[in-house]
Amino acid sequence: MATAATERLRNYLDAYHTLGANASRQPAWLRGLRERGFARFCEVGFPTAKNEDWRFTNVNAIAQTPFHLARDARRSEATYSDTLDACRIPGAACQLVFLNGRFASELSDLGNLPQGVRVGGLAQAIAQDGASFERHLGRYVNIERDAFCALNTAFIEDGAYVYLPRRTVLEAPICFLFISLPGNDPEMTNPRNLIVAEDGTEASIVEDYVSLGSGVSFSNVVTELVVGENAVISHYMIEREDRQAFNVSTLRTQQARGANVSSHSVLLGGGLVRNNVHPVLAGEGGECLINGLFIGNGTQHMDNYMLVEHASAHCGSRQFYNGILDGHSHGVFHGRIIVHKDAQKTDAKQTNRNLLLSDGAQIDTKPQLEIYADDVKCTHGATIGQVEENALFYMRSRGIEETDARSLLLLAFANECLDRMKCAPVRDYLRDLVQGWLPGISHSANGNSAHAGEVARRWEEVG
Amino acid sequence: MSILEIKDLHANIHNHEILKGVNLTVKAGEMHSIMGPNGSGKSTLAQVLARRESYEVTRGQVLLNGKDLLAMKPEEAACEGLFMAFQYPVEIPGISNAYFLRAALNAIRKYRGEEELDAMDFLPLLKEKMRLLEMDERFLNRPVNEGFSGGEKKRNEIVQMAVLEPKMAILDETDSGLDIDALKIVAKGVNAMRSADRAILVVTHYQRLLDYIVPDYVHVLVDGRIVKSGGKELALELEAKGYASTEPASAAAR
Repeated sequence: MATAATERLRNYLDAYHTLGANASRQPAWLRGLRERGFARFCEVGFPTAKNEDWRFTNVNAIAQTPFHLARDARRSEATYSDTLDACRIPGAACQLVFLNGRFASELSDLGNLPQGVRVGGLAQAIAQDGASFERHLGRYVNIERDAFCALNTAFIEDGAYVYLPRRTVLEAPICFLFISLPGNDPEMTNPRNLIVAEDGTEASIVEDYVSLGSGVSFSNVVTELVVGENAVISHYMIEREDRQAFNVSTLRTQQARGANVSSHSVLLGGGLVRNNVHPVLAGEGGECLINGLFIGNGTQHMDNYMLVEHASAHCGSRQFYNGILDGHSHGVFHGRIIVHKDAQKTDAKQTNRNLLLSDGAQIDTKPQLEIYADDVKCTHGATIGQVEENALFYMRSRGIEETDARSLLLLAFANECLDRMKCAPVRDYLRDLVQGWLPGISHSANGNSAHAGEVARRWEEVG
Repeated sequence: MSILEIKDLHANIHNHEILKGVNLTVKAGEMHSIMGPNGSGKSTLAQVLARRESYEVTRGQVLLNGKDLLAMKPEEAACEGLFMAFQYPVEIPGISNAYFLRAALNAIRKYRGEEELDAMDFLPLLKEKMRLLEMDERFLNRPVNEGFSGGEKKRNEIVQMAVLEPKMAILDETDSGLDIDALKIVAKGVNAMRSADRAILVVTHYQRLLDYIVPDYVHVLVDGRIVKSGGKELALELEAKGYASTEPASAAAR
């Protein structure tokens, strides 16, 4: 067994050396950071089901696939024009495009952003002004705890970069489009994104992951989002890669006093998806909203791992995740809340609601509260059910056909999440996207309506 | 002409017979009331007519405008002009009242081969009906029935009826849980719907609603059969003497 594991690690060692040769111009601090990441990854390897954080998700398929570093995939612009058009969010401030994790400036539309705002590729930005990144890059994400974050750190090369100077207010969203281009061999990309929003800023940022073509690919993403005092930042993650894609992403936010951050995730594509959201409420009076929607069918596996750390007093957090699962898809919601000793007056709430549309679909939902302060309010609840037959009958009794009624009910369920999105261009775009995604799901649900009695399990606790 | 003809209707739920031979004919322009004690089968009758699938019809026939109602799906019955105001209106989070009702109206219009209404044409119509039922415009964009009070839900049912303009309207215990002010508003909405080409069937446990909505005929349903029929004075008699005075054997439905 040890030899097989060693063999697999050799693959990553080769990749590490390849990157080292290509990225020889990286500053010393970054090479050191990558070295630590790689050392940690080699030490722990990929997690197994024995690890509580990975109890419901088996990553063997990732561990046993010999991934190579994704090739440089620049092709003629015409190759991408349809994808770029389809993925353009109307009303966006800019659309930055990444091919296999590398910034493609020739495909990007930088828009017309206010002076002082910087957006672009991380590699280029570090090459120009490496020192200012040392303060933030790798300072927040925990490579000790998470092997995927260690792996990403080992392979830091490029990704999205945003800097918002003090009191910048942007109404239009900043959009990043990550295009995976599956090749003949399984390829891996490790996009590393850094978003720094100084005090008093307001903005929305979108990360959108798509595939062009079909095949095995592995996107291992880390985003560090650093939010200054009283800033109001929304982050959107859209996963709609090919069904053979693996996608593991970590959003780590660091919130200063009074900062208000919302994280919105919409998972539609990918074969095996792990969505880690890890906000740390580091300053007093901060608020975070963690909002998500996952829609699976076939054999998709979608795991949402939330880790909300209340590290300071008077902070509030709200988690709302809705899942719609059909076919033999498997969803996971793991909602962990840690309230540190000094985080008095914490107000944390967590809700996970799921609709199972078939007998083969599965959801594992698990709250995990760790409270070390004594004056806090933490609630959590989860529901698992099927399309409400009463509501279905009510709609049909008003003349709406059964298939339409089913679609509407699923859309309504999805709308609970979409309605929490404050950035109108993104919300409207996602509503259309989700609406287009649903009919296939609701159609296949019809075959299962026979058993759709109301077998709902509900638990609600206050602790 | 007859809008609704019920002949010897028997229906079960979970193999338990609830309706044991109901006969009733309702003509255009008429308002009928079905009264009866709890458990007599009033709501079952309403649900069977609205085509709730959990009820099994074991015998009998129901014609809606001469067509076989029992062969219709709920949505077909609605498109053919049947409407039931629910005793317990269902909450649908995530769908606004206005969106839902426009989808319903357009489904019915499409079925009839009429052009669908866009939001611009639909909204004034809906607002007018909401004013009639004294519902605030903020209900337009609220999710269907979510967080509505009992009275608001019932008024919302009548708004839906007013927009969809059914040929055959069934009100299932619309009066239960209403205070007197809400009752008057609901009655006003129902009375505004009375017309020569529409029939209304009011299912109720109490005589109270009939002070404001005066039926042409009153039927008493006991143990799954109509045991007595008469004019509006029958309701007053029931109020005074109770349902015990009705004799199960003397079935005399119109």
